[in-house]
Amino acid sequence: MSEQVFEPKIVGFLCNWCSYRAADLAGSARITHAPNVRIVRVMCSGRVDPSFVMKAFSLGADAVLIAGCHPGECHYIEQNYKAMRRFHMLRQTLKAMGVEEQRIQLVWASAAEGQQLAEAIDKMVDEVRQLGPLGWSGNWEENGERIQALEDIVKEHEQAMEVTA
Amino acid sequence: MSESAPTSGNGNGKAKGKLAIYWAASCGGCEISILGIDTKILDVAAAFDLVMCPCIADGKVRDIEKMADGEIDVCLFNGGIRTSEQEYMARLLRQKSKCLIAFGSCATEGCIPGLGNLHNRQEIFDNSYTSETHSTENPDNVRPQAVTEVPEGKLHLPIFYDTLKTLDQTVDVDYYLPGCPPESPRIWEAIEVLLSGNLPAKGATIGENTTVCDYCPRTRKNKKIKEFKRTWEVIPDDETCLLEQGLICAGLATRAGCGALCPQVNSPCIGCYGPNEGVEDYGARFLSALASVIDSEDPDEIDEIISKGIPDPIGTFYRFSLAGSLMRRGKRPAPAATSQ
Ligand code: SF4
Ligand code: SF4
Ligand code: SF4
Ligand code: FES
Repeated sequence: MSEQVFEPKIVGFLCNWCSYRAADLAGSARITHAPNVRIVRVMCSGRVDPSFVMKAFSLGADAVLIAGCHPGECHYIEQNYKAMRRFHMLRQTLKAMGVEEQRIQLVWASAAEGQQLAEAIDKMVDEVRQLGPLGWSGNWEENGERIQALEDIVKEHEQAMEVTA
Repeated sequence: MSESAPTSGNGNGKAKGKLAIYWAASCGGCEISILGIDTKILDVAAAFDLVMCPCIADGKVRDIEKMADGEIDVCLFNGGIRTSEQEYMARLLRQKSKCLIAFGSCATEGCIPGLGNLHNRQEIFDNSYTSETHSTENPDNVRPQAVTEVPEGKLHLPIFYDTLKTLDQTVDVDYYLPGCPPESPRIWEAIEVLLSGNLPAKGATIGENTTVCDYCPRTRKNKKIKEFKRTWEVIPDDETCLLEQGLICAGLATRAGCGALCPQVNSPCIGCYGPNEGVEDYGARFLSALASVIDSEDPDEIDEIISKGIPDPIGTFYRFSLAGSLMRRGKRPAPAATSQ
């Protein structure tokens, strides 16, 4: 047997008016796509605050997908352009932290594009699978020596106390 | 800002309170800012006995250890937690203090020392102790050791962590005082609040709930820009918002408290007062705000404007808050197996 395939956990922020419906459509049309995306429905891609994305990473997501209406078709006029500018700023910032670019993607999909969305998801899952797990919170865990060092200090101070008058 | 006299311990016959001021991974500027309250320091001295402040007064760890829990009334703690010794002191002072205040940017969000979180211990030590840096001469490559055996026994040095933590990532914190350093008048206001006994809800930031822009006299016209400029590339005019002149000004993401000091002297705000009320991640807020002034709808052009104008996004968006941010640090290189 080969070793277990890594199944990435992807958080998808999908716009209610387009990509969320596209995903729904993909479901009812029995278009299959990889089951790795946990979908969060938002009212518009412009609602996705960069802190949502960072929170997802810090809580264990391997990748984040943001999907919205095509440029020019946003229900709130130009919020998806805002989302686009923000996305590029965010992606460059995350890259500087060491999060690979493929782990955060922005996709446009209209309500009718269930097939396209499914393909984009499959492609993303593949790319992230290649990269492997992100495991961001493990990034700041210290090893056991920290606890040992603290105990040493406590012990030393206790002993020192006994000597002084 | 009112002139109401502090209910000083002496004045109304109450016993004096106990005050501790401590520093961890910090620069000492926070203490200087406390001294900047000027003659009001006498009011503080009338109300409190200073039981510890390594920067300006004597005071032994041992004496703190001997105290009953909660014996210290107020502890102003500045600095982040980078070593085991600092963590020990944070825990000790938490235990002995009724009210623990994260004082200044280092304690609240990690500040400049927290930028070390882009590296790990190994890299920081390599940089500090190898002979290759200009200020270092260390031909024998001596490194700090956690434990050294000498004839008399074992000597310990604190363990240096890979990741600097903020105070509240280490112990429970009662209040926060932002700023690098907190401005002296804001410190005095906070002390007045403490002396009044009329305390805000636990976990509150003692300060204002608005942004630096609200105090900035420059005019904003919602102009969008095609290019971010570095400070040395332009001489800005005195009237227009610096951001609208292409300079990266953090005023719109930063909590008020300084009275917009920097933009008033033609220098962009760099965000030392941290996030405004209700903002979970300072950098996320700042980068969104900055993204929205870009005048383009073309993804490639947007990417280009950003990479040319903001070559160091972390130093720009997280200069003061990386350790306290949602991401907390850069991706850590595999930790070395050995002890220090
Ligand atoms: S907050 Fe600023 S002034 Fe205070 S210790 Fe940190 S670096 Fe120094
Ligand atoms: S962005 Fe900066 S220059 Fe512009 S109004 Fe705000 S503080 Fe002033
Ligand atoms: S303008 Fe910004 S950087 Fe300057 S003192 Fe005020 S908050 Fe700090
Ligand atoms: S409504 Fe779909 S992206 Fe704005």
